[in-house]
Amino acid sequence: MTKATPTLTLSPWPKRWATLRYVVAENPLSLAAFLLFALLVLLALVGPWLAPFDALASNVGAPLSPPSGAHWFGTDALGRDILSRVMVAARLDLGIAVAAVGLSCVLGGLGGACAGYFGGWTERIVGRISDTIMAFPLFVLAMGIVAALGNTVANIVLATAIINLPFYIRVARAESAVLRNAGFVEAARLAGNSEARLLFHHIIPNILPPMTVQISLNMGWAILNAAGLSFIGLGVRPPAAEWGIMVAEGAQYIVSGEWWIALFPGAVLMLAVFCFNLLGDSLRDLVDPRRRT
Amino acid sequence: MLATILKRLLGAIPNLIGVIVVTFLLTRALPGDPAAFFAGPAGTAEAVEEIRVKLGLNKSLPEQFLLYVRDLSRGDWGNSLATGQSVLTELTTRLPASLELTLCGLVLAVVIAIPLGILAATRPGSWIDHLCRGIATAGVSLPTFFTGLLLAYIFYFLLGWAPSPLGRLDPYLSSPPTVTGFYLIDSLLVGDLDVFVGAAKQLILPAVTLALFVLAPLARMTRAAMLGVLSADFIRTARAAGLAPTTVLFTYAFRNALLPVMTTLGMVFSFLLGSNVLVEKVFAWPGIGSFAIEALVASDYAPVQGFVLTMALLYVFLNLAIDIAYGLVDPRMRIDQ
Repeated sequence: MTKATPTLTLSPWPKRWATLRYVVAENPLSLAAFLLFALLVLLALVGPWLAPFDALASNVGAPLSPPSGAHWFGTDALGRDILSRVMVAARLDLGIAVAAVGLSCVLGGLGGACAGYFGGWTERIVGRISDTIMAFPLFVLAMGIVAALGNTVANIVLATAIINLPFYIRVARAESAVLRNAGFVEAARLAGNSEARLLFHHIIPNILPPMTVQISLNMGWAILNAAGLSFIGLGVRPPAAEWGIMVAEGAQYIVSGEWWIALFPGAVLMLAVFCFNLLGDSLRDLVDPRRRT
Repeated sequence: MLATILKRLLGAIPNLIGVIVVTFLLTRALPGDPAAFFAGPAGTAEAVEEIRVKLGLNKSLPEQFLLYVRDLSRGDWGNSLATGQSVLTELTTRLPASLELTLCGLVLAVVIAIPLGILAATRPGSWIDHLCRGIATAGVSLPTFFTGLLLAYIFYFLLGWAPSPLGRLDPYLSSPPTVTGFYLIDSLLVGDLDVFVGAAKQLILPAVTLALFVLAPLARMTRAAMLGVLSADFIRTARAAGLAPTTVLFTYAFRNALLPVMTTLGMVFSFLLGSNVLVEKVFAWPGIGSFAIEALVASDYAPVQGFVLTMALLYVFLNLAIDIAYGLVDPRMRIDQ
């Protein structure tokens, strides 16, 4: 599974471009996913300025009015514009996921790289931490962590980062355990480089490609988890706009037929997760064609 | 064979210890001072000190851990502030509801995913292969709480096929006498078909919601494992020897492909138990998940900790069961002993 690394680090740009074109042609959905990704990033960056109404202002329209020309996604029970709220929420949702996955990748990557490179007790301790996290149903562990540390957005990020740690540890450990004995690492060691230098200049740069794939595969799941936590009332507090909490607000109106309150934020959440999952799959195909399933 | 089971049992002990240590740390990480929290805003300094001694918070952390383990083993999991009942009783009365839902979801997912995966693997590139791929990618992208609401809207509000998505049984039906706690089984035991049908109707939508979510990894894994096995030499030999295609497919290929599928069951259970909480909230299902959510919203910590511990123990035992079954199914595991 590690043999794919050279294709990414050694192949010249034009060849990679051709591979990218091949992947897109093979799976046209990848292109759609990429466009959707660009849109989501745009919303996260400038969403509040693009939104037609103030996301927090009540009574910008009649309460509970269905989608119309003035309010494309309708309004909620307080008369807030749902389209604006969905657009503004992109920043918070993606922000939580990016922060959590980033934290997880750095900690898990370092831990896993040390475990794979040094072996011995480092490997045992890191492995034990990873096994203990995996011994829990992950969403339940996240609930427990947020409940114990306090009901804040920062703790949602922390909990999501912790439950994602094992995946990064696993990838980094497997990759660096193989690289440890690679010829160029031996050569660098014989040339008198310190262990820390070997780890940071020779091992870690080479485990970045598989880690990137792991990040993109993980991102959708992180968004889903954070939204799930806020759906059950953890982390984000009303009236903040966030997809999970908006679905929760609309849930009670579903049985009386006001579908738009929960549908639009839920559908956007679903599209965002779908987009990240597709991108993750295409990126994996690009980096390691043999792991396609 | 007994040795295999014993070895697996021993292998689960580190995980069990890990789970208990983590839940203990979570109880001690309560925001602020737990003693001050339990004394309430009106608590005087003496009251706080008294509670501190009573809770054992004046002792060292390892001592507190031993006390915690002792309380757990005695069945003292604390009390729920909202109902005043012992957490352990609350959890055990609600656990069957959650288990019934989870198991139905799992069975439904397995029944759909495995044939789908096999069909996709035997006809690569066909429409069923694309369907399997589509479901696999879309399925993991579905937020369970959103699919649940969507299904409730379509099948309850628009079509009127499903009963109102609230609870395990219609209010006008009385619940069957508790034997197993599973309404489907209990109602059959007393021969009450009305209750059985009523309970099944309430169960369908939440179970489908859960199944949709875990369908994806199962179908994907079945397909990948079948593809791998079908290209193996022994399959070619079997085909060349003129064995019937169904014999090759089921006796030769499927039994071998089952092993990697069984290993993913662990991950599937993790998903299932997690999304169970969300589905219970959407359908007002009176299981341990919705109990924990109510407690969370009310800042009632003992039930939440009890819930996390129950779920984790359940998960450890499920993984153990998978491990044992794996050892029994795979003959190579028996020879290795």
